[in-house]
Amino acid sequence: MTAALMIGTIGLVGGLSGCSGGGNGKGSVELLNVSYDPTRELYKDVNAAFAKAYQAKTGKTVSFRMSHGGSGKQSRSVIDGLSADVVTLALAYDIDAIAERAKLLPANWQSRLPDNSSPYTSTIVFLVRKGNPKGIRDWADLVKPGVQVITPSPKTSGGARWNFLAAWAYGKKAGGSDAAAQKYVASLYAHVPVLDSGARGATTTFVERGLGDVLLAWENEALLSEKELGAGKFDIVVPSISILAEPPVAVVDANAKAHGTEQVATEYLKFLYTPEGQEIAARNFYRPRDQAVLAKYAATFPKVDMVTIKDFGGWGAAQKRFFADGGVFDAIYAGGTRR
Amino acid sequence: MSGKARRSALPGFGLTMGMTLFWLGLIVLVPLSALVVRAAGMGWEGFAAAGLSPRALAAYRLSFGAALAAAAVNAVFGLLIAWILVRYDFPGKKLIDAAVDLPFALPTAVAGIALVALYSDNGWVGSLLTPLGIKVAYTPLGVAIALIFIGLPFIVRSVQPVLADLGRDVEEAAATLGASRLQTFGRIILPAITPALLTGFALAFARGVGEYGSIIFIAGNKPFHSEIAPLLIITQLEQFDYDGATAIACVMLVLSFAMLLVVNLLQAWRAKRGTR
Amino acid sequence: MSGSNPTTVESPWARRALIGVGFLFLALFLFLPLVMVFAGGLAKGWQVFVAALVDPDALAAIRLTLLVAAIAVPVNAVFGVAASWAIAKFDFRGKSLLISLIDLPFSVSPVVSGLIFVLLFGAQGWLGPWLTAHGVRIIFAVPGIVLATVFVTFPFVARELIPLMAEQGRDDEEAARSLGASGWQTFWHVTLPNIRWGLLYGVLLCNARAMGEFGAVSVVSGHIRGLTNTMPLHVEILYNEYDFVGAFAVASLLASLALVTLGVKTVLEWRFGIHRAGAAH
Repeated sequence: MTAALMIGTIGLVGGLSGCSGGGNGKGSVELLNVSYDPTRELYKDVNAAFAKAYQAKTGKTVSFRMSHGGSGKQSRSVIDGLSADVVTLALAYDIDAIAERAKLLPANWQSRLPDNSSPYTSTIVFLVRKGNPKGIRDWADLVKPGVQVITPSPKTSGGARWNFLAAWAYGKKAGGSDAAAQKYVASLYAHVPVLDSGARGATTTFVERGLGDVLLAWENEALLSEKELGAGKFDIVVPSISILAEPPVAVVDANAKAHGTEQVATEYLKFLYTPEGQEIAARNFYRPRDQAVLAKYAATFPKVDMVTIKDFGGWGAAQKRFFADGGVFDAIYAGGTRR
Repeated sequence: MSGKARRSALPGFGLTMGMTLFWLGLIVLVPLSALVVRAAGMGWEGFAAAGLSPRALAAYRLSFGAALAAAAVNAVFGLLIAWILVRYDFPGKKLIDAAVDLPFALPTAVAGIALVALYSDNGWVGSLLTPLGIKVAYTPLGVAIALIFIGLPFIVRSVQPVLADLGRDVEEAAATLGASRLQTFGRIILPAITPALLTGFALAFARGVGEYGSIIFIAGNKPFHSEIAPLLIITQLEQFDYDGATAIACVMLVLSFAMLLVVNLLQAWRAKRGTR
Repeated sequence: MSGSNPTTVESPWARRALIGVGFLFLALFLFLPLVMVFAGGLAKGWQVFVAALVDPDALAAIRLTLLVAAIAVPVNAVFGVAASWAIAKFDFRGKSLLISLIDLPFSVSPVVSGLIFVLLFGAQGWLGPWLTAHGVRIIFAVPGIVLATVFVTFPFVARELIPLMAEQGRDDEEAARSLGASGWQTFWHVTLPNIRWGLLYGVLLCNARAMGEFGAVSVVSGHIRGLTNTMPLHVEILYNEYDFVGAFAVASLLASLALVTLGVKTVLEWRFGIHRAGAAH
């Protein structure tokens, strides 16, 4: 009786889920875009614009399913079988992992689209409370006594890894050596009272819970918080040096092939590089690659001296050296407690 | 455990036991064995490196320590609440009695965001505590607070029936022999309800160790300081380190199972003692 | 019936102090969080509150949550009755071990509960390649969410019934049998009426947990909006979208479900004069 019940249950459930797959019936397609946390607003706009453009061009309708979460978690979900047609994540490492572990797309995925497959970029800036009461001007001010810094854990948050590397870049520039950089970053993390698991959680902690003096944030998140969460409550401080954050996009070939959505998925990602796509990115506070669009939004995006991930030897090397178990980040915390 | 049914004229042992074992195996044991097999495949050194690393040990310490502290607080206040519910009459008693089950029924994530909104520096309670230098949100104390919320009903619901069944005659006898009320409580009542209290304590403890949803919002997540063991599992997963996640999960699984076994043996012992 | 004998009763002063402390504790740890949820949901008025609930993604989440509970609860209720019959009405060796195994999901961290299904059914898991080859999707789809929920709520009904049935013993059933009733008749006409309130209580708790589960479901859901998001996950999503009012509004709906659960339980106990075994009065 239980067996019958269970078979019935699984059958019922299977049936239910069966009818909700990425349908590619007559003239209508559904794409599943698995993305990271701060892109909700961006892809809401992109999806609407692309659906319109695609219908005008081909007469077919395309609809979207979105999944948002921490970049690493999303990557793992795709590896474990979340059948994303496209992934739009926080860093190349997370898409490399999909290519490497699940072989759902080729290892050279990043060369298939222009600009390292990153149609838009961002950087790391400081969000401070209105009037900048602690007088935060640059990285050096973050480690002054009494300053609390909010940043998520680089173990779980893609954004936090960019934060870490930007801080490292400053420490290295200021101190001239890796040892100095590590010392600076260690003292920075000593000023961090809470490590949220994701960028959004960190912003909530800073904005809603009122904790901390400085939030290390994606520029797009900082601008959005300023707009969405209370204009006039925060100021943005652009540091002397930061990092060029390149959030990449890719078609997940194996899944798209299975769904018959390869072509539309590719068009979708290419749309991000069109002037219209670049405009949408800029409106959502991502730095566009298109120089003309960038010039138009120059007031939003001040010039910053930026290092890139290449300065760290690419994501594979950076991940291994800084963030993997037993890496620099772990050493900072392990050292902190043993003393 | 398939020993033959003795002293029972009732039918259906085979059917119901079969169903129980089949369903238990399918839903609980097979999936859990996936975990154990995976951990076994790691070899002892790999397992120890991930499951017993200093950071993991610190996380167990927080998870078990906070659960222990919360269960201890609940043992005191849960007993007090059970006591007033059984022994006294007061307005709103029905309401209180029903409300004790709230943490069972309220989704943990909802509890989590409500607690952090309350206890953060600018929350209703947090803003009163901050001037006193007490920080709750994002500290181990916050974890304990969340676990107090989660664990309260276990203690109350374990102690309440036993307290209600407790005869008054022994207390009266003690009183006539000149014992003060406090002495009676310490010497007569407390020993009688200790097994129930321990059961509730162990259940609240076991539940607290694994709790995730309500804590994740209020814990500070700092390695070695305010990072709970379940979060560490998630962290390992997000680094694609399935073995690490499995090892930590396994350690927690073994500990929880050992605790449950103790609880149930305790209960069986109590039942035997009760029928004698 | 509270004892009128002065020697077994605390002074009125001590009594009031104890009740006061109990109230304070409950207010701080139970009522304030609950009030907070509703206050947060209504912070911008009714219209915003309702708008958050009738949002298509919210409705999809509500539907999914109801569907999951509608499958998980009956399945676990049937199991719970069978298990408690076997355990409470018969003697056998290893009973404590069996009960502990049944209890296990209850103390396993929800995160682990999700993880085991990923290890089993994930694309890199034991059965993953076979499932992929046959186009069957378990995790990141509704079956996975149902499985994780069934796992997490597995012990609730059994745990409520085992002590109850053990306490009732088997005299009633044995009498019915000696009068010629069949096994099924005995169960339907003797046992079930005896345990119905415990069964109901177990089902209510099981249901509440099934609708509210977060950790385990979060691991296997994939968070696809409108498709695999349950209500608790939707709360988290809204929270992460800085839509705090919306998050608390959906949370209030969940909290209301919890309150209704407790209300139904209390009303039933009161109407039928039934109490949990040996409860107050």
